[in-house]
Amino acid sequence: MSAILPPADQIWWKHPIDKLEFTWIAIALVWSLTMFVMMIWWHMYGNQNLANETYKTTPAAFASKAQAAIDQHTVRTENVSFNGVDEAIPVVAPPAGSDIYLIARLWSWRPIYELEQGKTYKLHLSSMDWMHGFSLQPQNINIQVHPNYEHVVKITPNQTGTYSIVCNEYCGINHHTMTGRIYVK
Amino acid sequence: MATTYRICPRSGLQFDTNAEKLMRWHAVAGVLSLLVGGIMALGVILTRWPDVKLLEAETFYMVLTAHGVDMLIFWIIFFEMAVLIFASSTLLRCRLATPRIAWVAFWLMALGAIMTNVAIFQGGSSVMFTSYVPMQAQWHFYLGLILFAVGALVTCFVFLGTLVVAKAEKTYEGSVPLVTFGALTACIIAIFTIASGAVILIPTMLWSLGYIREIDSLMYRVVWWGMGHSSQQINVAAHVAIWYAIAAIVFGAKPMSEKVSRSAYFLYILFLQLACAHHLLSDPGMGAEWKVVNTSYFMYFAVLASMIHGMTVPGAIEQAQRLKGYNKGLFEWLRKAPWGNPAFAAMFLSLIGFGFLGGISGVMMGAEQLNMLIHNTIYVPGHFHATVVIGTTLAFMGLTYFLVPVLFKRELMFPGYAKLFPYLFGLSMYIVALVMMGAGTLGVSRRHWDMAFAGAPLAYEWPGTAFLMMNLTGIFGTIAIVSGGLWILQIVFSILFGKKLEAGEMRNTPIPLTLPAPTAGGTAHPPATPGTLVLALIFLVAFILYYFVNWKYLSSLWGLA
Repeated sequence: MSAILPPADQIWWKHPIDKLEFTWIAIALVWSLTMFVMMIWWHMYGNQNLANETYKTTPAAFASKAQAAIDQHTVRTENVSFNGVDEAIPVVAPPAGSDIYLIARLWSWRPIYELEQGKTYKLHLSSMDWMHGFSLQPQNINIQVHPNYEHVVKITPNQTGTYSIVCNEYCGINHHTMTGRIYVK
Repeated sequence: MATTYRICPRSGLQFDTNAEKLMRWHAVAGVLSLLVGGIMALGVILTRWPDVKLLEAETFYMVLTAHGVDMLIFWIIFFEMAVLIFASSTLLRCRLATPRIAWVAFWLMALGAIMTNVAIFQGGSSVMFTSYVPMQAQWHFYLGLILFAVGALVTCFVFLGTLVVAKAEKTYEGSVPLVTFGALTACIIAIFTIASGAVILIPTMLWSLGYIREIDSLMYRVVWWGMGHSSQQINVAAHVAIWYAIAAIVFGAKPMSEKVSRSAYFLYILFLQLACAHHLLSDPGMGAEWKVVNTSYFMYFAVLASMIHGMTVPGAIEQAQRLKGYNKGLFEWLRKAPWGNPAFAAMFLSLIGFGFLGGISGVMMGAEQLNMLIHNTIYVPGHFHATVVIGTTLAFMGLTYFLVPVLFKRELMFPGYAKLFPYLFGLSMYIVALVMMGAGTLGVSRRHWDMAFAGAPLAYEWPGTAFLMMNLTGIFGTIAIVSGGLWILQIVFSILFGKKLEAGEMRNTPIPLTLPAPTAGGTAHPPATPGTLVLALIFLVAFILYYFVNWKYLSSLWGLA
């Protein structure tokens, strides 16, 4: 009988499975396991895996650590003006392999970094207030940024150019103005 | 509470009068939520349409919050509670357990839905559907959700109680119908969902009242998604049950194999909830092993279950059609299907869209590393508009066409529109989902008021294609909303002003279900389903190609370790 009635044969679990139905289940199972293995394989051989390295922190502790590193390697400033407020944004050129800190706050990503192609940097991400979304464009790499957690991601830019950081976690009325920048030389 | 039973002359179904009234009220409350959510959808789409940009930022975020909550929680769960009552009391032909308590539960849900909507429209709770801490809503935003959840939880137990009543009073023999089994799956997932919601929303409400100092943002996301995503898994279990139900009602289709379909549901119960972890793939703090195990729904066993349902539902239809003599070639059974019957057309478009658009994109976002390409972009709403709107909502809307004469005892008004509606709404939503995913692939953010960044310093300029895609989202989104609005009008007019139909025989005692005695060795050998297998293989090829295209794209990005 139909699916809205009890099975006509009360011992339905002994019915043989239709041949084509069984074929499809076997194919689907193989594909499912392939997809599972793919993620593990990429951890071993792929170059784009999100780091596990995370520490508990506080906004104040992160900000002071970040500021010290920023002050050490600031090469110039970029002056911008928005809604009548002027700001001199530090542009930081850190040595290859160093720790670099990106401060997410309502509503900016600071500072601006100048990185070198093919070099690896340890990017530390944390928020000063609410949650934010690190969205690197036009690469389209997206990472969630929490307050009180410091996430350390090793990045290796593979192309030169000007990259933008957009916030893609809703963070209030001026969410759409929360932007930042990375130059790769 | 004494009750009576009505035998519907149009469907042969037997309705407990208490259950019937509860179903009608739940369905109406659901459609009212859909109306509010739909009006909000118009505000959202007309603002995200770059050439129109209707609302100011503050209003936009308020409207977007209301849209999410009304659609993803209130509309869907109200309707699902009606489905639970139908799948227990009606399909098992028994009385509903504790109807008074069921009414208390309904009014708790209604009160909760109103309270949360009031909180949102007062303006101080524009925190989105997800209400991530440390962003804070007003306390009654959370309280409304908690009351709604408690009401839904009670109805889940009324459903379970009704299964016990049917068994004890022997209103059916053997096992429950497959559709009831699917509803039971939905109910079990719902209980998990609601418990997760309570675990996180109660402390969050106390925090908004000042009794708790801090809620950890990462813990919030972990537990909240136990509700946020699992609530959508209730939908999956429920709308798959409705696919089977519509196939049974329209074609008299019988499941290809009870064993396979029930096992697939059982895989849902075991593994579907792990999907909550999909939202944390790009978060700090969770290890890669945890992510891989959870995001694969434990080795993709729940995906396997969906792929099985995706084949067995059309397979059952193919068998039923071939038994009727539509045997020519691979696809005569499909060509000769009743495409003018809105319940069937909606169900079939729901099945195809859910699989091709919602299913494939969901697995992409769910792969740990690929998630970085998609997290928080407008690809995500693209995906869940394919699952929740095309999959769930369209299936519910199709079923409603069946319910108007059967449950509301009214003749459907404007039947010509009913023929058109599944295509107009369904296909425009197909396009909306596709172009949103396209824009998301280019990086466009979700929940973002202005993709031009309104002159912000260091602004990024999206490629022209991204603007084109968002303009298309606006155009086809508007078509979908208008056709959905007309659907609401059609249903409301039919219920209020449609020609009254004969109610059918009223009885004081239920007639138990009697089945014809099973023939030895089951029924005659059912026909093979080569057409369905071909459709399934087309799906598989699309799936595999798109999967590896995404890995290729990922491999071109900056190194991340």
